[in-house]
Amino acid sequence: MIPAGAIDCDIHAAVPSIRALLPHLEPYWREHILRRGLERDNLEASAFPVAAPINARPDWQPASGLPGSSLAEMRAHILDPLQPRAAICNVIHGAQMMMSEDLSAALCRAINNWLAAEWLDRDPRLRASIVVPVHSPDLAAEEIERMAPDRRFVQVLLLAMTELPLGRRQNWPIYRAAEKHGLPVGIHAGSSFRHPPSAGGWGSFYLEDYVSYAQGFAGALNSLLAEGVFQKFPALRVVLIESGVSWLPASLWRINKTWRGMRAEVPWLDRMPSDIVRERVRLTAQPFDAPPDAGALETLLAQFGSDEMLLFATDYPHWHYDGADPLPAGFPPGLLRKLLVDNALATYPRLAA
Amino acid sequence: MAKHVVAAVGEIPPGGRKLVTIRGREIGVFNLDGAFYALVNRCPHQGAALCTGAVVSRLEAPLPGEYRLAQAGAMLRCPWHCWEFDIRTGQSWCDPNDIKARTYNVSVEPGEALAKGPFAAETVSVAVEQEYVVVEL
Ligand code: FES
Repeated sequence: MIPAGAIDCDIHAAVPSIRALLPHLEPYWREHILRRGLERDNLEASAFPVAAPINARPDWQPASGLPGSSLAEMRAHILDPLQPRAAICNVIHGAQMMMSEDLSAALCRAINNWLAAEWLDRDPRLRASIVVPVHSPDLAAEEIERMAPDRRFVQVLLLAMTELPLGRRQNWPIYRAAEKHGLPVGIHAGSSFRHPPSAGGWGSFYLEDYVSYAQGFAGALNSLLAEGVFQKFPALRVVLIESGVSWLPASLWRINKTWRGMRAEVPWLDRMPSDIVRERVRLTAQPFDAPPDAGALETLLAQFGSDEMLLFATDYPHWHYDGADPLPAGFPPGLLRKLLVDNALATYPRLAA
Repeated sequence: MAKHVVAAVGEIPPGGRKLVTIRGREIGVFNLDGAFYALVNRCPHQGAALCTGAVVSRLEAPLPGEYRLAQAGAMLRCPWHCWEFDIRTGQSWCDPNDIKARTYNVSVEPGEALAKGPFAAETVSVAVEQEYVVVEL
């Protein structure tokens, strides 16, 4: 059982439909959307079939509409029983990855307005990530500038698998703006859904698609490291959200080992990549690819080489656990306080203030 | 600790090297801008013949894209896995405090002084009017 006062670093508020965004759009874009009839689509960006069980725990299934689209239900399902001190809403929506950069940006603005008005204004426990057009870094940076004064927005939200590796310089305006405002960049599981989820192309099955996401995260992290994003933006922090966690140690061993011989190719990478990651990268601990027993879990945690990297999350309403205990079985009690509260406070300056 | 004459000064030009064997130990002697350095010919990683690797420059970048060739020819790159070692200190680039190639003291001494001994010159014959590279081991 989780004590009250934890910080839930990943819950999902779902945009119920484009219609719900209409009041939050600028008049021009409202007209644009209505003329095109886009309000009849909800631009749902789920990586899974809408009815896949993982999308919502059975007891968190809404009476109607999308899981996570009702604040009343979110309260009843998670906020009231868990009593978190803060919970960070991450909205995943087609607006983030659509082709038209201007429409993408307009819808992202509307989503942020909607988040502030319909969620943050109504429940003081809620915080949110700024939704940005991920393929349009200049417009994304503008949106960060626009939203940053609202301190309830504590992070910038990107997706792990985008058209361009995340570290590439074209993306730097996003990191510059995030760093300037003390906002970590949260990289959520997800894709633009127009490139394959694995480096080897399109798979046939949902199983492989889902499991391969971990490689997508590894690729994103390797790109950020190799391109020198952590050197260029020395105060920037990155949070990997819903990445799973067990892939990380092996991935770090691999990049460390190769870096020793290749480092002259990326001379700005002047420290062991794992040291940089331990200092600057955090992971939400839901889903936790649970090792088979407590001993294996302890080994895995030791392999992280830091007890400051994992952040508590429920990933509401996704179905990763049952009952009231989202922690992996056998999680060392001595690390609980860090996982539940301290690590998040150290990661999100706006939560500590 | 004995002094071993390993080469006449002119034999190893700047940027050059000579592999020698002293008391059964293979050692690389390098001339870096007129100063001499000696390292064991055995990589601390997995034992490659380190001193046969390429002599490379120290490449640095304080930030992405800000490239700097810091010290020309100051590093030795292992022929096996390309770890770089500072020729002057033996320190590895990747883990300078914990991974080092063994180094030896090197001096340049006039043949005249050497003639007084004691020294060992296995393969080099010493003439009083010349200068010699001397490794202590
Ligand atoms: S043996 Fe020298 S780097 Fe591996």
